[in-house]
Amino acid sequence: MTAMTRPARPDEDDARLRPVPWRRMAGVTWRQHRIALAGVAVLLGALAVWLWSIGTPLHRAYAAAVACHPASSLACQNLVSTFNVSATNHAMGSKGPGGVLLQLLPALIGAFAGAPVLARELETGTFRYAWTQGFGRWRWALAKLVALAVVLAAATAAFGALVSWYYQPEFATGNQAPGLYQTSPLVTLFSLREVTFPAWTLAAFTIGVLAGMLIRRVVPAIVATLAVYAGLAFTAGAFLREHYLAPLVTASDNFNLPGAGTAWTISQWSTKDGRFAFAGGNPPLNLINQFCSSLPAAKAGPPGSFGQCLAQHGYTQWTSYQPASRFWPFQWIEGGWLLALSALLIAATIWLVHRRAA
Amino acid sequence: MNIVEASGLGKRYGRSWALRECTLAIPAGRVAALVGPNGAGKSTLLNLAVGLTAPSAGDVTVLGGRRAGSPAALDGIAFVAQDTPLYKNLSVADMIYITRSLNRRFDQPYARARLDELGIPLKRKAGKLSGGQQAQLALTLALARRPRLLVLDEPVAMLDPVARHDFMATVLAAASAGAVSVLLSSHVLTELERVADYLILLSRGQVRLAGAVDDLLATHGQASLEELALAYLRETQTSEVTR
Repeated sequence: MTAMTRPARPDEDDARLRPVPWRRMAGVTWRQHRIALAGVAVLLGALAVWLWSIGTPLHRAYAAAVACHPASSLACQNLVSTFNVSATNHAMGSKGPGGVLLQLLPALIGAFAGAPVLARELETGTFRYAWTQGFGRWRWALAKLVALAVVLAAATAAFGALVSWYYQPEFATGNQAPGLYQTSPLVTLFSLREVTFPAWTLAAFTIGVLAGMLIRRVVPAIVATLAVYAGLAFTAGAFLREHYLAPLVTASDNFNLPGAGTAWTISQWSTKDGRFAFAGGNPPLNLINQFCSSLPAAKAGPPGSFGQCLAQHGYTQWTSYQPASRFWPFQWIEGGWLLALSALLIAATIWLVHRRAA
Repeated sequence: MNIVEASGLGKRYGRSWALRECTLAIPAGRVAALVGPNGAGKSTLLNLAVGLTAPSAGDVTVLGGRRAGSPAALDGIAFVAQDTPLYKNLSVADMIYITRSLNRRFDQPYARARLDELGIPLKRKAGKLSGGQQAQLALTLALARRPRLLVLDEPVAMLDPVARHDFMATVLAAASAGAVSVLLSSHVLTELERVADYLILLSRGQVRLAGAVDDLLATHGQASLEELALAYLRETQTSEVTR
């Protein structure tokens, strides 16, 4: 035990006490959370390979359909329908990323990476070790949370870029004329793109961290995180997103909007003589019977034919919509408020760590 | 210099006071034993001293007037909590790395040599070590920080007699080397007999007795620390009952 006998240190003055450098938390955070980070990497990596493997043939089919001349030839029509079938399958069916699986990603990553960060320390008692080291407890919490947040944001932003690449053919303008499948980038997987995916992941992560701090147990904190996240995501998708910018209004039905296939229709209504007549895209039955009974129901097929009939009787149909050109402003608006929310939640967590009586 | 100084210190959890009107001054260079029955407030007092808990009343300073929990206090105090919490899924080497990273000082050669002496392999996960080895690892990490005050909360409560003896031997070796004061809590009085030269007796959240062991034994006419503590604890218990 010769190592024990060492000359006593000179007394350190409080004022001259230099804090332990921030960068030392990098290695500490990595050692403590490498399993969670590896899990996220494996999950995103596997999904990236899958997206790439189904996205490459989709891009190839799209390129073939666009390059085909003359467009009206049977061969070209076949190429278009080949693309449309696989694009529709991908967007709606279980084979593609349009299903619920990808929508759950931010919640899963955030809950499983975020909730245990503090909950496990509190549950197992190791906070008594961590918070009595020289680094200082609020600095420890801040360094750890910021490091994890940055890594998660970088990984999910990269994955968001891949999602954007994958959907490129379906978001392309000018698909309408050749009859290629289209969808609005403001609707389809809007929350999994370059800005919104990291932003939602950070929100879920910080909700998880705070829930862990408050609940102090890992599993209940994960459950609470998923519940809160679900509420927030539903609220944003159903109520908030359409109001980010005032929708454009045009006097047409939603099939004849500028950029119809990629625009996001918010609402439709009709007026007569400058006064509100009815809401929605379909006229009420009594109006149809009154003015358009001469139109045989079977021939009412092409959408808008009732609209044309009513237009002759002085009705005007209106549509409010968000054009696809607003994709980036919407990305940054959603990313911005989610980032502000995440910063607020981290600040609240740090305050609790600083103040909390153990 | 007083290593821990408290005046009117109190801690309330909800309506009940875990610690009340605690005033004491523990001089540096001692091995101070905090003794009392379960629920007497020992852990509360230690948590206040290391800055894990904020007081509800009064105040506590450490290392000669530094606020408990302040950066300077954290720098100079090493704390081994009850049940010696360690990151169970990390290896011994990782625990050394983390402790070294989180502190301004860390005597890595000492930590390596000590663990080698104890036969604790660096690659083993902390959770796979025996209870005695886990306690020794936590103590080694604390001592390698070269603290001026080592605080131990019920360090031997979960250990078998051999591990208990070895643990106390390490504490005593560190204390007798002179650089570190020790404050430890325990309800195992026989273990304290050999090591403690300063005694704080707590019961029902209040300090009943505090002072150098030799002085206390002389004044109260008891032969051993154990008898002294028992006599006092019986007395306070009867007085609580008769009140």
